[in-house]
Amino acid sequence: MNVQPFLDISLAALVIGVALFTIIAKDEFSAVVAYVAYGIFLAIVWVRLYAPDVALTEAAVGGGVTGVLLVMAGKRLDVSATMVVAKKPSVAFSAFVAACSILLAGSLAAVILSLPDAAPSLAPQAAAAAQGPGAGLGNPITAVLMSYRSFDTMLEKVVLILAVVGVWSVGADEAWGAAPAPFGPATPSDALLFLAKTLPPIGGLIGVHIFWTGADEPGGAFQGGALLAAMWMVAMMARLADPPPINSRWLRLALISGPAVFLAIGVAGAMLAGHFFAYPSALAKPLILFIETFMLLSIAVALPMLVAGPAARKGVR
Amino acid sequence: MMELAANTPAGSLLVLAILLPVVGILLAFALGGRSAERIALGLAPLSLALAVAIATAVARAGKPVTYMIGGLQPPLGISLRADGLSATMLVAVAVIMIAAMLYARAKFGVPEGSGESRSALTFWVMVQAVWGGLAMIVLSSDLFNLYVALEVLTFAAVPLVCIEGRPEALVAALRYLIFALFGSICYLLGVALFYGAYGTMDIILLSQQVEAKPVVWVAAALMTTGLLAKTALFPLHLWLPSAHSNAPAAASAVLSGLVVKGSFFLLLRLWFYVLPALQAEDVMRILGALGSVAILGGSALALMQARLKLLIAYSTVAQIGYLFLVFPLAAGAHEWSHIGWGAGVMQILAHAFAKAAMFMSAGLLAESLGHDQIARLNGAARALPLTFLTLAISSVSLVGLPPSGGFVAKWLMLQAAVASGQWIWSAPILIGGLMAAGYAYRILTPALRHGEALLKRPAQPRREAIALALALVALGLGFTPESFYDFIEIGRPLTMGPSP
Repeated sequence: MNVQPFLDISLAALVIGVALFTIIAKDEFSAVVAYVAYGIFLAIVWVRLYAPDVALTEAAVGGGVTGVLLVMAGKRLDVSATMVVAKKPSVAFSAFVAACSILLAGSLAAVILSLPDAAPSLAPQAAAAAQGPGAGLGNPITAVLMSYRSFDTMLEKVVLILAVVGVWSVGADEAWGAAPAPFGPATPSDALLFLAKTLPPIGGLIGVHIFWTGADEPGGAFQGGALLAAMWMVAMMARLADPPPINSRWLRLALISGPAVFLAIGVAGAMLAGHFFAYPSALAKPLILFIETFMLLSIAVALPMLVAGPAARKGVR
Repeated sequence: MMELAANTPAGSLLVLAILLPVVGILLAFALGGRSAERIALGLAPLSLALAVAIATAVARAGKPVTYMIGGLQPPLGISLRADGLSATMLVAVAVIMIAAMLYARAKFGVPEGSGESRSALTFWVMVQAVWGGLAMIVLSSDLFNLYVALEVLTFAAVPLVCIEGRPEALVAALRYLIFALFGSICYLLGVALFYGAYGTMDIILLSQQVEAKPVVWVAAALMTTGLLAKTALFPLHLWLPSAHSNAPAAASAVLSGLVVKGSFFLLLRLWFYVLPALQAEDVMRILGALGSVAILGGSALALMQARLKLLIAYSTVAQIGYLFLVFPLAAGAHEWSHIGWGAGVMQILAHAFAKAAMFMSAGLLAESLGHDQIARLNGAARALPLTFLTLAISSVSLVGLPPSGGFVAKWLMLQAAVASGQWIWSAPILIGGLMAAGYAYRILTPALRHGEALLKRPAQPRREAIALALALVALGLGFTPESFYDFIEIGRPLTMGPSP
């Protein structure tokens, strides 16, 4: 007897259960923990759907970075809890929101079930082109991100920079140029210190590996960058490193390096390959890896800076 | 029916029009300090020149200018497409952006010798991002690329709201962010459903395949709801008045004049370019009815405001309502839809210029008087004549008095309502005009009364002139030649075809 369907159904039930718990959890911290678990389970769902690239991203972003972001935000809210008077939404409003959500989920489910069974997809085309003259990459996802839809990918990295500027912009005027507040207490626990000393070398290696194999196997700059970002954040939590000042030149250059190199090579494509964002076929793979290296750097720097928050005045945590 | 074309001459200008502001963002952020301002101001004339060149190319060819990025045809690749409407929008965006940047120098200019400041860097980076996002919105022909454009626009617009850092501005920005992200998610879900159903996100390929079936209706409903939240159509306008009134004047001008038009533009793309095959006349009527409610509700709220900036913001809620009358008045392939289309485009332009001018004037007034309480404006027109001239001229266009762009827009709307036998729409158009006259009267009458207005800061004639110039453009739109209406028909699907 095949147990696979039962495992899948249990997994789906688990995802829904954890999602529900996230909503009804009484305190912030449990909700955040449940949300991280939700991200991890969702990543397993993506694996079951044969989408390992999405699974890696979901685990790194949904489970990892967003989780840290929420924990840090929750901590800051605790500090200012006296200032914030949480107003509970009325029962009628909650019921209205619930009804809208049920309607939305119901209609989405209905129409998704109505889609043709062999869903129209560009994946075979992209895969075929990726083997042939397309981009010289074995992983069609990377081919789509870096070649067919490179314009989107470049502009999404610009959005990431806008997000960093947006986070910085809600800081205090007097603090501008200074470093964001340190992540952890001045004297971290021994366990954290041990973790922060042993984990980053291994995690860093895995991050670079995920990026490097991304050309032909599941992985890529975003997943690898997210892992490197996590390693830097672990080091910062143990106070082995502190966030850099926001006016530091190298920080800003690292942040823009991904989209800037991407844009420069995209424009050069107009001269070298006849179209903006086209690659000369002989150089496609090395050029793409070159761009991805800088994207890896941008992502590895941008995500921790989003978590670190705006510049802080001295003595303010 | 629209057809896919290969690259046309001048197609590469489209890529450059998007990339130039992006280069500006990256350089301004990396170099910071005084360079941020210089880069933004230095690149702006180039972007204007590109917009004019694109409009010229579209006019000369008489058909849309297209470009396949990377030389890759849709559905695998992304295509850009400039038609008459997008070229018009691109030029209007460039003019208003440059005016806003010049106006903003007094506040966000970085004097020699001073270091980088939070507000200045944020402003010069984000204002270029708004420009780049709008360029993408009017030029892209791919629904997912347009999602990225919406994200650029959202992440640029929200920080502009809270640039002054006051607590109420932060609250307004947070509320705006929540509405805008709700809109983004709804839009993205719709795009995913379209891809699931047809395997493409290209506007032209989709328009050839869509048919009235549940998945298309759900996708369209999701995208429309999301875009309505971003456009702040009544009753989803709750975020707009506080956001637009808390932003600094230069940013308010851009947010109220242009940013809300970005998501509205995508609604036009969705219903007139992706989904004309549905012939969804009921949906058109619903959108028109929501617009009518917005005209009446927004005007009524504008009449009740005590502060000038809030009054102008509520007037935006009302004027956005007029935009939605374009759906019932320009749908289908009738003789009159040409008139309705012209009315809609004219309303976009007239409101953009008039509202930018008004917010700039309100900013100057608040700086000079130290407040913007309408009840305390007695005698202010004597002290700040240029500012009140600008407010008066902009009001002429908002009310819809001749000769002005606002008049032409409303006159064409009435014509289309009559020609199409949809008399009912003339009611909100006319009542909205009377109510606009009411709130304009509320600003101008006390100001013209006798009284001593105490100036905390002398008038700033250079900045007043910038606002006046925009108001004069809104007025001058009243003299638009007939050829303009042919130009904005370029590339519009189902133009003047036989009635279905």
